[in-house]
Amino acid sequence: MNQCDLAVIGAGPAGMAAATEGARLGLDTLLLDEQVAPGGQIYRNAEGMRPGDFALLGDEYRRGAELAAAFRASGAHYEPGSTIWHVGADGTLGVLTGTGARLISARRVILAPGAMERPVAIPGWTLPGVMGAGAAQTLLKASGQVPDVPVVIAGSGPLTWLIACQLARAGVAISALLVTTPADRIARALGHLPRALRAGGELLKGIGWIREARSRGIRIVTGVTALAVQGEGRAEALTFTTASGRDSIPASIMLLHEGVIPRIHLSLAARCRHVWDEAQLCWKPETDAWGATSLDRIAVAGDAGGIMGASAAETLGRLAALDAASRLGRISTVERDRTAEPQRAALARHTTVRPLLDQLFRPLAGLLTPDDDATIICRCEEVTMADLRDAVAQGATDANCAKLLTRCGMGPCQGRMCGPAVAAVIARAQNVPVEAVGTWRIRFPVRPLPLAALAALEGGLDAEPEE
Amino acid sequence: MTRAIVIGGGLHGMSTAIHLRHKGVPTVLLEKNVTGQHASGVNAGGVRRLRRHPAEIPLAVAALERWMNLPSLLGRHAALCGFVAGVGQIAIAENDADLRWIEQRAAEVRTLGWTHEEVIDRAELRRLVPALAEHCIAGLISRQDGHAVPYLTSQAFRLRALELGVELHEQARVVGLDRTADGWRVIASRGAFEADLVVNCGGAWAWQVAEMIGEHLPRTYFAPSMMVTARMPRFLEPVVLGIGRKLSFKQSETGTVVIGGGINGTPDLDGDRADPRPERLPISARTVCDLFPIMRRAVIVRTWAGLEACMPDEIPVIGPSIVAPGLFHAFGFSGHGFALSPVVGALLAELIAEGRSSLSLEAFRADRFNSTGQA
Repeated sequence: MNQCDLAVIGAGPAGMAAATEGARLGLDTLLLDEQVAPGGQIYRNAEGMRPGDFALLGDEYRRGAELAAAFRASGAHYEPGSTIWHVGADGTLGVLTGTGARLISARRVILAPGAMERPVAIPGWTLPGVMGAGAAQTLLKASGQVPDVPVVIAGSGPLTWLIACQLARAGVAISALLVTTPADRIARALGHLPRALRAGGELLKGIGWIREARSRGIRIVTGVTALAVQGEGRAEALTFTTASGRDSIPASIMLLHEGVIPRIHLSLAARCRHVWDEAQLCWKPETDAWGATSLDRIAVAGDAGGIMGASAAETLGRLAALDAASRLGRISTVERDRTAEPQRAALARHTTVRPLLDQLFRPLAGLLTPDDDATIICRCEEVTMADLRDAVAQGATDANCAKLLTRCGMGPCQGRMCGPAVAAVIARAQNVPVEAVGTWRIRFPVRPLPLAALAALEGGLDAEPEE
Repeated sequence: MTRAIVIGGGLHGMSTAIHLRHKGVPTVLLEKNVTGQHASGVNAGGVRRLRRHPAEIPLAVAALERWMNLPSLLGRHAALCGFVAGVGQIAIAENDADLRWIEQRAAEVRTLGWTHEEVIDRAELRRLVPALAEHCIAGLISRQDGHAVPYLTSQAFRLRALELGVELHEQARVVGLDRTADGWRVIASRGAFEADLVVNCGGAWAWQVAEMIGEHLPRTYFAPSMMVTARMPRFLEPVVLGIGRKLSFKQSETGTVVIGGGINGTPDLDGDRADPRPERLPISARTVCDLFPIMRRAVIVRTWAGLEACMPDEIPVIGPSIVAPGLFHAFGFSGHGFALSPVVGALLAELIAEGRSSLSLEAFRADRFNSTGQA
């Protein structure tokens, strides 16, 4: 199918809900997703779970199967295994499925690519043996793979506690959980506690993970700073500083995590307007209450529009679909607003815990601008902090200048890993807000595209038109 | 003392400013974005004499000599350009029509008194480009030609200009151009500047500068697009050009393969940006896969497009304004100005300081177009 009313990108909670709602409202809906089955990162392999798996992963995981079932029954078209390599402001999508590329035209597009782990650029972070906590969780969910040696977990955020519990349940030895959340943050965050408690389940889940980690006897070290990976050719030890001085824990597998940030390459490629979120230290697309962006045909739903969590994502997906149906003339704005009421109430419930989490787990400012000159910022092109500082000294005033001078962000990941750091380094050097520095100019292919697939592109022009 | 304002911080503007400083002329350089942001920094980087318009051959030959002696132009920044000489540029004949074309072309260039373009047979072609597809039958080569890294070259020009005392203002967009009693007043978004003469190196926007004093020059511009692959094992030394099909093809020092050749993207003059069009690039991808079977395994990681003025006869305007003394133009390089930048700035500086240039600029006169800016 090369034309549709509504194209939804991503089959996580936001995408599944948006596609389900879009089809229910009578829109010819197509959901495109990179994975082979619905669920996204959070509910990966949601349809393949056996009853015992919920004991390992947690009961909240059942919601993924419910969403997937509703989506399967909705009548929306579904193309798994599809990578998006182009998003045009006019609703054109470049899709790669298997080895075949084609262009699709959608009257409205909802981008729901979710979140990615924030890169944790500490000395030695590119050594083999270092990985993101979220990446370890992906392996656990997708194929039940767990490390067969003791692991160290370090960082900040709910996922560090959750992965510690999940791995411990699976029998993995956890040498230590190093918590980088500063103690004074915890005190300040308590101010948000009364409101957060109204969220009930959300907060209790997190407290449950902390309690479980402690009761399992996991060694927990708080007030950790100055993390650095040591090792020759591969990770051998994680060193760090606490109130009692410098310390080190030997490990060959270490899981780092400093929260997640929106995946913005699709909205950047479409040229939606983006803003810098100073609380979360990340870029996000500017959206209205329906997820509509600065572009007429493009909306964003879920964590890709700002980190809100899985339950909120589901609601935001439905709201974006309602707005799509209204814009495409399927329902009136009155009906849209009326139908949205319970969704808005649910959203308020799901987001009461955010101010607490944002305050508590706000990444340290220094995380994006490491002091150590040898720290690699762009791992694709091995560009270090020193290289970036040189580029700034040479006159790089924005992210694109720095990219051209250093090759930073030119590798296969297209700057996904180094984008926030590059903007922050330049901003600090020039003493301007990060927003003034701007982020990458992203053009297609948003994901690497085989030349042979482009050569055989369906929907392309056979000859270049004369201008 | 004579003072100059150069409008446009691309390679030609920076080269002109550098050469004016060599002659002791105080020079202000105004750039509306940042130096090298447009065509200068994002082109294919070819340093080519091959297949030049006959009028451009003397410039291209003189330019290569200057590329071979970059330190005299750029001092300690010369190495930054990543200039590689002598790998050759080769236009590939895929069929008999192409072959007849290259034979005619080589004869024409010889008649003009030049010897750098040479027809090579299939065996020599295969020796130089072993990865080429079997069906290719001959080539037209210029053996001393090479390539450089455009953005880093722009950066080297910038650093050299600053070192020589050029007064550079970036984010300074020219919005007005007025004659004064004895010279010019240039009004920019970052203040007004006065000088005895003005050089317009505004690239795709140069016609707008000319319009400010009522001079009508061609308004044509385009956005040639480029693609680059992930790093590949080394398989190609020379730069390869198409004859019957649009192609410019080379493997960079890092192993990435850079594919260009003039497939047009969407130019956005007011937005200061250009974007490639995905629906137009399959034809380029097919050309590459046909000519280089190894490229069927290649993966495209980035594409981009640059904004560039394109004259109706595809050669630049270089020389004095038609309507106003003390104003000079150098723009409209039509997608092949990168290699010429070291020499064009030098010729303009000669023209300005001494009243004549050491190479003829007759063919590039602004008055070759009619009053509405048509050729």
